[in-house]
Amino acid sequence: MSPARRKIAWRLPGQYLLVVIPPYIWLLLFFVIPFAIVFKISLAESAIAQPPYTAFYEYVEDVLTFRVSFANYLFLLTDSLYFDAYVSSLRIAAISTLICLVVGYPIAYGIARTQGPLQSLLLMLVILPSWTSFLVRIYAWMGLLRNNGIINSVLMSLGVVDEPIRMMNTEFAVYIGIVYTYLPFLILPLYANLVKLDNRLLEAATDLGAGPVSRFLRITLPLSMGGVIAGCMLVFIPVVGEFVIPELLGGSETLMIGKVLWGEFFNNRDWPVASAVATVMLVLLLIPITLFHRYQFREMEAND
Amino acid sequence: MSAAPGIPRFSKICLLIGFFFLYAPMVVLIVYSFNDSDRVNIWGGFSNRWYGELFRDEAMMSALWMSLRLAFASATASVVLGMLAALVLTRVRNFRSKTLFGGMVTAPLVMPDVIIGLSLLLLFVGMANTFGWPAQRGFLTIWIAHVTFCMAFVTVVLSSRLRELDKSLEEAAMDLGASRLGTFFYITLPIIAPALASGWLLAFTLSLDDLVIASFVAGPSSTTLPMVVFSSVRLGLSPQINALAALLILAVSAAAMLAYLLTLRDERRRHEQA
Repeated sequence: MSPARRKIAWRLPGQYLLVVIPPYIWLLLFFVIPFAIVFKISLAESAIAQPPYTAFYEYVEDVLTFRVSFANYLFLLTDSLYFDAYVSSLRIAAISTLICLVVGYPIAYGIARTQGPLQSLLLMLVILPSWTSFLVRIYAWMGLLRNNGIINSVLMSLGVVDEPIRMMNTEFAVYIGIVYTYLPFLILPLYANLVKLDNRLLEAATDLGAGPVSRFLRITLPLSMGGVIAGCMLVFIPVVGEFVIPELLGGSETLMIGKVLWGEFFNNRDWPVASAVATVMLVLLLIPITLFHRYQFREMEAND
Repeated sequence: MSAAPGIPRFSKICLLIGFFFLYAPMVVLIVYSFNDSDRVNIWGGFSNRWYGELFRDEAMMSALWMSLRLAFASATASVVLGMLAALVLTRVRNFRSKTLFGGMVTAPLVMPDVIIGLSLLLLFVGMANTFGWPAQRGFLTIWIAHVTFCMAFVTVVLSSRLRELDKSLEEAAMDLGASRLGTFFYITLPIIAPALASGWLLAFTLSLDDLVIASFVAGPSSTTLPMVVFSSVRLGLSPQINALAALLILAVSAAAMLAYLLTLRDERRRHEQA
């Protein structure tokens, strides 16, 4: 390490605390502490009060009593609605991640292999939809998938089907919506990874007699594993808690935990149960989040 | 380099199908926004009357104004905080709780909206009960929520730019006697300006787009555009939303085109320097 290089890396403590402290405090206060509060309230009981839950502790006649109740968690275990919603969310998220991967990998590979300005153009075309309103994109599919929507009209006028295929308010519509909105999130990290692939490795493999399939399976795929994991986690984790897509495209037929949480909070006004639902979801997602963090942190951090 | 593999035909086909899948629904939406018929699915001739009705819809317009102000304020604050966070990740030596810091920066990228929304609401309610602040939920609470998740995305954009930045430029400035602050403002900041701009734009669109988190932390009197759109879309299709959607798509496409041309220019300049 050269002396100049040593100078560039800021050392703590000192005046550089000024750089660290604002984002640190902000995230601690508005991202970490709220989780503790969610957990605390998940141990309370629902009450007709403002706010609608029982107090965590009481101070009556010089005695401090903590009121902790695991009733909400027991309730989640006994009522099969919640268990089914978790299972169905994890299943829908896993299947749609797989679809995104199968569709997205060749696209990311194709863009990574393109040269010059065309590459930036293709990349922008992938990103652009994710900049337009998420609601608008789901709304577009509502118009396409309805019984008297465009897809059914076309199919019927071509004589492919006699009566409309029911697509709205099915899980099929949910998969369409998820793949449509989350595909760019899988393509981008995968592209960033594939574009760094050293061509000489593939040339060497070709010289040694490897065919295209074996080149892909033994070189490209293993080297792009980091991008695959990051991309899959960027789809899987948010989809588990997805609310808008199952609400608008899935109808009453699709059970997902994000919808259940929303209903507990806004319709039943049962904040403690909503908090328990959120806590369990967070615990389920802990391993995927850790996986994602390991990759993403390595990508962002730079220390020589 | 004749041995260099080009784009396989399979990839080309996937690209074509992929782009068709991504863009066809939006094209249909734009075409139908000019539909004269009240029934959304039947073509009744060309008309721009839904655009007129959209602009006369006061609830929609005030929600749009609220969302634009919110997105502007959120994007600006998250660029400042995201810049600092990116500097911490790329320029500050390891410190004891850097792992925690890294986790706090990466987790909001994937955290489901319902969890962020619920947890922040409970924080605000708890704070209001304990300190009496924030007394009301509205613009300020949504702004805090949006800055929290937008800054994570800005940090990703900026730290990847700071990482690939040629450090010898900063080192040269310091060798010539510039202070760290001076180096940052005269050397680092101008170089990463395009990344700052795209980080700001990203945060702006994320804030403009958010429905779930805002629904949790908004008070009864504050309504953002996605909240109005959602409540209308929930009831079914509406031609006015078609018009709004078409305008949003066109605005974003124009901004993206501009961003693309700017990056292209930036890249060309970097190539010339290299």
